[in-house]
Parts: sequence; structure tokens; C-alpha cells
Amino acid sequence: MVTREILMQMKIDEILSKYPFVLTYFENNKLDISGSGKKTLMEYKKQFEDYELEEWAMDLSKLDEELILYMNQMLEFLGEEKEQGVDSLTILAGQDKSGNEETFGELKIEKSDIIAIVGPTGSGKSRLLADIEWTAQRDTPTKRGILINGEVPDKKWRFSSSNKLVAQLSQNMNFVIDLTVGEFIELHAKSRMVEREAEVVARIVEAANYLAGEKFNLETPVTSLSGGQSRALMIADTAILSTSPIVLIDEIENAGIDRKKALKLLVGEEKIVLIATHDPTLALMAKKRIVIKNGGISKIIETSENEKDVLSELEKMDSIIQNLRADLRGGNTVKGDFYNA
Amino acid sequence: MNLVTFSGPPSSGKTSVILKTIQAIKQRGLKVGVIKFDCLYTDDDVLYEKAGVPVKKGLSGALCPDHFFVSNIEEVVQWGVKNKLDILITESAGLCNRCSPYIKNIQAVCVIDNLSGMNTPKKIGPMLKAADIVVITKGDIVSQAEREVFSSRVSSVNAKAIVMHVNGLTGQGAYELGTIIEDCENQIDSVKGMELRFAMPSALCSYCLGEKRIGEQYQMGNVRKINMED
Repeated sequence: MVTREILMQMKIDEILSKYPFVLTYFENNKLDISGSGKKTLMEYKKQFEDYELEEWAMDLSKLDEELILYMNQMLEFLGEEKEQGVDSLTILAGQDKSGNEETFGELKIEKSDIIAIVGPTGSGKSRLLADIEWTAQRDTPTKRGILINGEVPDKKWRFSSSNKLVAQLSQNMNFVIDLTVGEFIELHAKSRMVEREAEVVARIVEAANYLAGEKFNLETPVTSLSGGQSRALMIADTAILSTSPIVLIDEIENAGIDRKKALKLLVGEEKIVLIATHDPTLALMAKKRIVIKNGGISKIIETSENEKDVLSELEKMDSIIQNLRADLRGGNTVKGDFYNA
Repeated sequence: MNLVTFSGPPSSGKTSVILKTIQAIKQRGLKVGVIKFDCLYTDDDVLYEKAGVPVKKGLSGALCPDHFFVSNIEEVVQWGVKNKLDILITESAGLCNRCSPYIKNIQAVCVIDNLSGMNTPKKIGPMLKAADIVVITKGDIVSQAEREVFSSRVSSVNAKAIVMHVNGLTGQGAYELGTIIEDCENQIDSVKGMELRFAMPSALCSYCLGEKRIGEQYQMGNVRKINMED
């Protein structure tokens, strides 16, 4: 905890050397501190004339208060991983759109679990995910409850922007920023204040290339990545850089990305993976699947041994298709006996 | 009555977010009305009417829309009181990123979208910095990483705000936003004597008064020049 008394006596240079992330605060708030390093925060504030403050729409009256708030949030955020991980997520049964009680009692999901969510469009998949993200306490239309590590969760999961519980990867997402892959990940890493940026960036690109059918490098602009490459980069980035312990995936199209490896990467980083899908390969990779009907969870099915056999057949078919894809991409002809290859 | 001021750059999704939020609040039997402030044109009032929400619109025309807002807000509040609203929402577009219509002790919500660019949080002044709740929209079209970078930049300019993601199309997050708005217990029946959170800029030059001709001899009043020296 940073307190006002301590901060007010520190010179700006001292603050920056002890808490380097404060530089971002000054930059983003357009506060020019060049040449002010020897001043205390109090002296810095006093140097502005009233007309300057008005001209640039600055409100410095709360500078110390807001800076302290920002610093404490950052300190908490940086200390996060050591203190409190999310080991499990529990969903407590609520009701469907007609007010009928859900019958599953409770569903406990541990980290590194993959759970599929199935049900027709409009059946209530989004509501379930919203309940999780909001850590619902019987206060949403479904009346469901959410527990983290078996306990009623801290409100911070609702309100803090740096502690989002759920990271979302959806089908129609794009990169809208115009940067190279390297610059893009670096930007994300900076916002997370990670140490050894270059190492993390390299690790993500390596992981993404391991998932993608076609390779790319640090200099590739993100806007020129193919669909499969984008998905691979998003998944690798979320697995490695996102703080959110739960990853929600809305389908992964079966093109240009090895989906099994992608899920493995996520669970390897100890994420809880929820995947809304009707793709048999993906759904059967999950340990269990939640069936949603009329806004409620109508049942929870454990993937059976028989279904796992089906999955391995499906995986064979997938790999045949992937190989054919690679052949076509490489300019080869397709042979008639590919099925037995 | 509970007053909430929504503000945000044009096309950031304010109307969609408000409509979805009202839908959620109405389920709990509360009466919500909207005043839409805009500059030259809006047909958003039709959207509100269609949704059965009592609505009035105010077009500022040649005036600065935010100055227009302050000059009308008390009358607007009286309209809400007369219509026995539980919650009155004002919606206005911050056009020059400089003003903000927020009033001290009245809930202030800023809506900005992920597509507006990574540096937007830096560019928007009091409209973003002085808000209590920042709603980020269009998250469904950008990557998780961009969402995270964007919201961390919002937090760095406004650490005390609650930052939420709301999808204006599907309504995801709107129920939750509704809960926060509803939880505010500050009941009012007038804003007379209240104060803005931040002063609006003084802009009074010959062009404010209808001057069209270009050239130094026509520039009078509050005029400032770019420093063109190298």
C-alpha cells in the first residue's frame, strides 16, 4: 500500500525508480514530467498556472488521490499471481426462463478442465457466460450463484478492469490495430507490466506458430494474418499473457489451426476452458458438456468412453483433412488412397 | 427520481447500450425515461419510442451541444418528475472531446468503443476522466488482447471508475450495468444549485458568431495560433 504521506514527500524521480509503472500514468494523462524529476509531487502540482489547467482540461486537485488509487491497483495487480489463483469455479443451480428450477445442484469446474456448452442459438449460452463473468449471486434473471475456490467471490471480479474473470475468444473477432505481430504483443505485455517482455513475446509467437498451419514471424503485420493464424495468435496470447483464469471460446473454425494443440496450450497454462460449440471434435474433447434449454441448464453429460472412441476417429478424419490442405497449399496433387495414408 | 448522465463520442454505441440497459431495468418494474441531446439531427428518439420509453429530444443546432445541455438540464429534470419517472437518463455526444455534461453527485457514465483506437483514452478529456462508470462497447469485434490493452488504458486515466464491457447488440453486460444504475440511492427532484464536475471551455471568437471569411483581420476574441516554428 502506498500512502499519501509517503508519496507526497517523494521526488518524482524517486517515485519513478521505485514504481516504474507510474510513468504510464503520467504519459496517459498527458502530464509532462521532463525536467521535474527533482520536484516532489506537491511542487509539481503547484507549477501549473490556472489558465494552463483550463486550456488542457486538466484537473490536478485530485492528482495525488487518483495517482495513489492507480498505484495501489497496479501493486495489487502485479502481486496478483502469487497471492490468489482461481483453482475452481462452481455454478450453483438457478432457474430457466419459465422459472423451473435447474436440477443439477452444483457444478464444480477445476482449473485445466475443458467444459463444452451446447444448445440452440438463443437458448441462454450467453446468459450463462454472463453469470460467470459477473460472479452472479442469485442477482441475475437465472438466479444462479457462482463460487470461486468454493467461496463467495470478492467483488473485485465484477468491478476491476485488470482482474477480469473471463477472457473471451469469439469467432468473428479481428485485429483492428495496425501493428506487426511483435509490436502488438509487446503492447499487450506492456499493459500487463510483465518483466522480460522480449522473452514473453518470443514465447507467444513460438506457441502461435506451433498451432498455426502456416508460419508467421514478429515482422508480419497482424492485419495480414490469415483466419487460422489470427486465431492461433489470439489463443497463444490469451493463454500466456491474459490474467483471466477462465477462457471462453465461441467455436474454433477448423481451418489453419490445430484445435487440439490449442486447447492443450490453454489447459497447460492452468486455465479453465469453456467452449460453446456444436463441432463434434471440440465438444467431445471436453470432459463434460452442459446442455442448455430455455435459458436453463437442462443436463450435464460426462463424455463417455464410447464417445472418446468416436473422438479418436474424428481426430483421424481431421488430420486427413489437414494433410490434404497442406498438400494443396504446397501445390501437390491429391492421391486417391489418402484415407489409408 | 434517479438521474443518470450518459455521454460518449458519436457512434460509440450509447443508444444501444441505454436501450438494452432499460430493457433490463424495466423487468424490475421501474419507469425509465430518456432525453436525447444531439447537434443537428437524430432519429434515436424513434428507437426509444418503439421500445416504449418516454423520450424527448433536444437539438442544439448552432450552439455547442454541451453548453446547450447545461442550459436545459433543470427543465429536463422537471419533465422527468412530471412524468413520475424512477430513472431519468440523459444521452449526449461529446463532440470536441473536451466538455463533459457530468454533474457533481449525479451518476455519470461514459461510453467508448474498442474500435476508436488505442490512444483514444488519452485524447478524451473530462468526459472520460470524470466518469463514475466507463462502458466499453464493440468488444465482440476485436481481439482479447486489444480489449485488455484498451481497458487498461482507460483505467490509467480514470482509476476510480468501474470499467465494464457491454455488448450493445446482444445486451451482454447490460443487465449488470442496470444493477449498478439502480443501486444508486441519490434521489433528486431538481438540479438547481448543483455544479458541473468540470468547467466547459470558453470559446468566443468571431467564428462562434457566424463569421465565414478567412484571414487574420476577421479573427477576433479568443484566438490562438499553432506554433509553426521549427
